[in-house]
Amino acid sequence: MGLEDLYREVIMDHYRSPHHRGRVEGATGDVEMLNPTCGDEVRVSFRVEGGRLADVAFDGRGCSISMASASMMTDAVLGKTVEEARGLIAAFRELMQGGAPSAELGDLVALQGVAKFPVRIKCATLPWTTLEKGLAGAVDGEGGVRPGGVR
Amino acid sequence: MDIAKIRADFPILTEQVNGRPVIYLDNAATTQKPRSVLAAVDGYYEHTNANVHRAIHTLGERATAAYEASRARVARFIHAPAPETIVFVRNASEALNLVAYAWGSRLRAGDEIVLTPMEHHSNLIPWQLLCKRSGAVLRFIPLRDDGTLDMERAPIGARTKIVSVTHASNVLGTLTPAAELAARAHAAGAIFMLDAAQSVPHMPVDVQALDCDFLAFSGHKVYGPMGIGVLYGKRALLEEMDPFLGGGEMILEVHLDHATWNDVPWKFEAGTPNVGGAVGLAAALDYLDGLGLPAVAAHERELTEAAVNMLDEIPGVTVYGPRGERGALVSFTVEGIHPHDLSQVLDEESVAVRAGHHCCQPLMRQLGVVATARASFACYNTLEEVEALGAAVRKAQSFFGSVPH
Repeated sequence: MGLEDLYREVIMDHYRSPHHRGRVEGATGDVEMLNPTCGDEVRVSFRVEGGRLADVAFDGRGCSISMASASMMTDAVLGKTVEEARGLIAAFRELMQGGAPSAELGDLVALQGVAKFPVRIKCATLPWTTLEKGLAGAVDGEGGVRPGGVR
Repeated sequence: MDIAKIRADFPILTEQVNGRPVIYLDNAATTQKPRSVLAAVDGYYEHTNANVHRAIHTLGERATAAYEASRARVARFIHAPAPETIVFVRNASEALNLVAYAWGSRLRAGDEIVLTPMEHHSNLIPWQLLCKRSGAVLRFIPLRDDGTLDMERAPIGARTKIVSVTHASNVLGTLTPAAELAARAHAAGAIFMLDAAQSVPHMPVDVQALDCDFLAFSGHKVYGPMGIGVLYGKRALLEEMDPFLGGGEMILEVHLDHATWNDVPWKFEAGTPNVGGAVGLAAALDYLDGLGLPAVAAHERELTEAAVNMLDEIPGVTVYGPRGERGALVSFTVEGIHPHDLSQVLDEESVAVRAGHHCCQPLMRQLGVVATARASFACYNTLEEVEALGAAVRKAQSFFGSVPH
């Protein structure tokens, strides 16, 4: 189990050049979470329109795994319905628990190696848990707005 | 000191990590245990084990004697005036909590507790909880940019009831002026508590010379087993304090509606204690005294200096804390590489360091980082291991390339 299993090229690409980094304008959901064991911070904001994630972005400070996972997550959920996004969150969590990758995960399968490094799993799941918290208040397509966020 | 001979005393140092013996540089988190400590714990359970202070039978008497002899051994190690000033607890955190509850119950609204911004959460949270209960307030001795305390601005005054400070910072390595702090506290009519978790393993500590009212340390950071720790307290203070936990052992006479307390230190040791742990701790202190603390300190100073100088010379590496005199550890960050990622690459190279906030989130905020990596040393570490750390850091830099942040 080498470092290459963990730090796949696509992960390093997202870490070096993250996608959708920043804050969404007119966000309907905005949640920040902290990993108390390491101090990593992730903030995920999004705007739901007509039941779909019309825009999504992340910001924060953390290791390559948490930041790459956040970046890849924004790619994966953008344009998806809230229901589909929840499905992706569940599928990603399954992957982190050593489950077989489901087709909907696409590029995210690159993070499969993280499952072999138990202490790093929380790094990868932090942005997803943050998005999940934001979507928890989403009713009929509207996101739960919690500026300042859950910590 | 013959380091090869010392290393042979620690079985775990031959443990393989990624195909090579582990290079264990996480000693500030916990040290490894010499064979003599493992044998003492085994020997206790093989030949001595029974409950203490209760049984009128041979094993019970042996166990009680072993437990109380361990207390006397700890007292001698930190130059405490009597074994009765030593309370066995689980760890330094429990010792600090014990004082914050049992001594702290006398605090009232407006009383002040003085700490530093570099305290481990275990010397911060118990006092925050005490403030919530009592209305007392926390004051902090400012930290200068070089990681030393600004004693001229120490807010110790008429309202100060206790000054509780780390002896050696687990992040910066800063050594605090304990004797001066004790004198300042006493002059203000306050008491002084020293969190010695990071100093007792590395330098001679004399509670009477420092004039500590309370002192806390953990057994597992001083080559002893996990789950045993020490609170030293001046006898008069321990005697006037209420108990911390209630239960067996800590009582004298019990009625259905009231009870009276046992003498110190047993008043603070409710329930069956960790006798095997205490015996192991005594063996650890024997081991350390056998090596000689001044020799251990000199060796660790050499390693720490070498590490600081080496890391200072690697471009992109920032070393935190004072230069010169410091504890046996070095915290650092590498530009463009998160400490978690750094630690992961170092582990691949068999080098074990700690990465994270080190239970010092306020200090991380003051340093302007979310986390650091930390290498910390013990008697069995070598200059070759320090060099391996440097090589592994350079490898991490080449693995991650120039990552903008």
